[in-house]
Amino acid sequence: MTTTISKSNLHAVVRRQRFQDAIFHRLTQVFSLLVLLALAGIIVSLFINAWPTFQKFGFKFIWYVEWDIINEEFGAAIAIVGTLASAGIAMLFAVPLAFGIAVFLTETCPVWLRRPLGTAIELLAAVPSIIYGMFGLFVFAPIFADYVQMPLRDLMAGMPLVGSLFSGAINGMGILAAGIVLAFMVLPFVAAVMRDVFEITPSILRESAYGLGCTTWEVVRKIVLPYTQKGVIGGIMLGLGRALGETMAVTFVIGNANRMPTSLFSPGTSIASTLANEFGEAADFHITSLFALGFMLFIITFMVLAAAKIMINRAEKAKGF
Amino acid sequence: MDLGIYRRRQLVNFWGLLTSMLAMAIGLAVLFWILFVLFSNGFASLDWNMFTKDTPAPGTEGGGLRNAIVGSLMIVGLTVLVATPVGILAGIYMAEYGDTSLTANITRFVTDIMLSAPSIVIGLFVYAIAVATLGTFSGYAGSLALTLIAIPVVMRTTENMLRLVPGSLREAAFALGAPRWKVSMSVTLRAAKNGVITGLLLSVARISGETAPLLFTALNNQFFNSDMSSPMANLPVVIFQFAMSPYENWIRLAWGGALIVTMAVLLLNILARIFFRSKQTT
Repeated sequence: MTTTISKSNLHAVVRRQRFQDAIFHRLTQVFSLLVLLALAGIIVSLFINAWPTFQKFGFKFIWYVEWDIINEEFGAAIAIVGTLASAGIAMLFAVPLAFGIAVFLTETCPVWLRRPLGTAIELLAAVPSIIYGMFGLFVFAPIFADYVQMPLRDLMAGMPLVGSLFSGAINGMGILAAGIVLAFMVLPFVAAVMRDVFEITPSILRESAYGLGCTTWEVVRKIVLPYTQKGVIGGIMLGLGRALGETMAVTFVIGNANRMPTSLFSPGTSIASTLANEFGEAADFHITSLFALGFMLFIITFMVLAAAKIMINRAEKAKGF
Repeated sequence: MDLGIYRRRQLVNFWGLLTSMLAMAIGLAVLFWILFVLFSNGFASLDWNMFTKDTPAPGTEGGGLRNAIVGSLMIVGLTVLVATPVGILAGIYMAEYGDTSLTANITRFVTDIMLSAPSIVIGLFVYAIAVATLGTFSGYAGSLALTLIAIPVVMRTTENMLRLVPGSLREAAFALGAPRWKVSMSVTLRAAKNGVITGLLLSVARISGETAPLLFTALNNQFFNSDMSSPMANLPVVIFQFAMSPYENWIRLAWGGALIVTMAVLLLNILARIFFRSKQTT
């Protein structure tokens, strides 16, 4: 069978393909722009829904220490302090641990063990956050109360200033407990990013240092860490962004009290856990105030995550050595 | 040679590496501790009633999770149906057309941020646009919230996998006169198939455990319901409510549900890894 293609036929085919290509180009573009649309939609819709609250309290909403549902007096300070404190504590624990894990996985670990151990850490990241919450509530909190809170309180009781940080009810819940559970949750994220950027370090640099007689620790401290600095900071910020916005791991253990926390053991609340607990039963002004909280959470995490991403991108650009 | 300095350096090295090993041990210990707690509590509460009976009313004995399991499957299923084509096509755009344009670069940046954006805010957003306007919580709203979380995952993995396809393959197809859409759909996408499937599996794993975005969208339903336009029971929200409750059988069911969800998520992750590895060997 032979087919003859006349010139006009060929033109028709080319024209059709051009047309199909143009459609394909625009169609895929539209889908990719959905993400930008979603971002704009989130910011705009949250702001519109939060407007009555912003209108009534203005900027005072940010530092107003009150969350009174009955008298409709709302301020974000309590939730913001709880969010920042729990996330800060989480980073305090997670960062050194993640650094250690990344160093172990890239420097000391025997090669055949690297993949299975790396996978184990990545699986830890895949465990749904609600599991961390349940683990925190049913298993971690009782142990924490008996073996950490009690000894710490007894140890610190007499000390000025520090003593009050460790006072309060001993029930395993509170800001510190939430921070530690959060630390477990963000640990694998931070560790995975650190490991990935450590591997970017050119082996020539590493080997030169070893050749000069550096110990492994010196190679990590003086070669790998300076070289991957931006990526490491990016990884930490990425973990921070996650910790700030986490709902379930925090809600179970933070104690959910709308009071300004006075010690590390006192119950508090974070923005995300306030939303999770109160949004279902809220109405009118309460609901707009919750939207205002959500809006602030989104802005804070967006900025942290954006900074993280910029840092990581810069670190990866430096890869082309 | 100054032996003192040498010894001190050795000592610092020893302690440094020892602490890093300790950090690894702590990380693994936490993983196994959580899994152990989950398995021991979960398997203790697992029985057939869990799959054949619906969630119990407050204060009543027994009950299961049938409605929640079905609800979760339906919500996640619909999400996958929507997020897969959208995410893959968007990923194709980013990989094939997205190198030069500023919008594409901004989109890539925003997508990376959306990957870690607080999921509870996504729930708030969907509440504002779908629940408040239509006046009812629904399975569709829950699915919409999960779709917004799944799309960035699918999009980014698809893009990354397409970028691994050698350019010579594209050029060969172009040289044969294939139009661009055909090159993308039947040459590069096919070459990156396993990687793309990895991304899909990871996105399903990611959304299966998400609780926060479903709280104010799909809500919950005590009864069996297969109508997605009304509030729907789903595993994560049921686990959340039951675990926080004072009833013993509810807490038992919460552990069972937690076991089911975690097993599904870990299984999907392991499957995704197998798929990815089989790609690298061929």
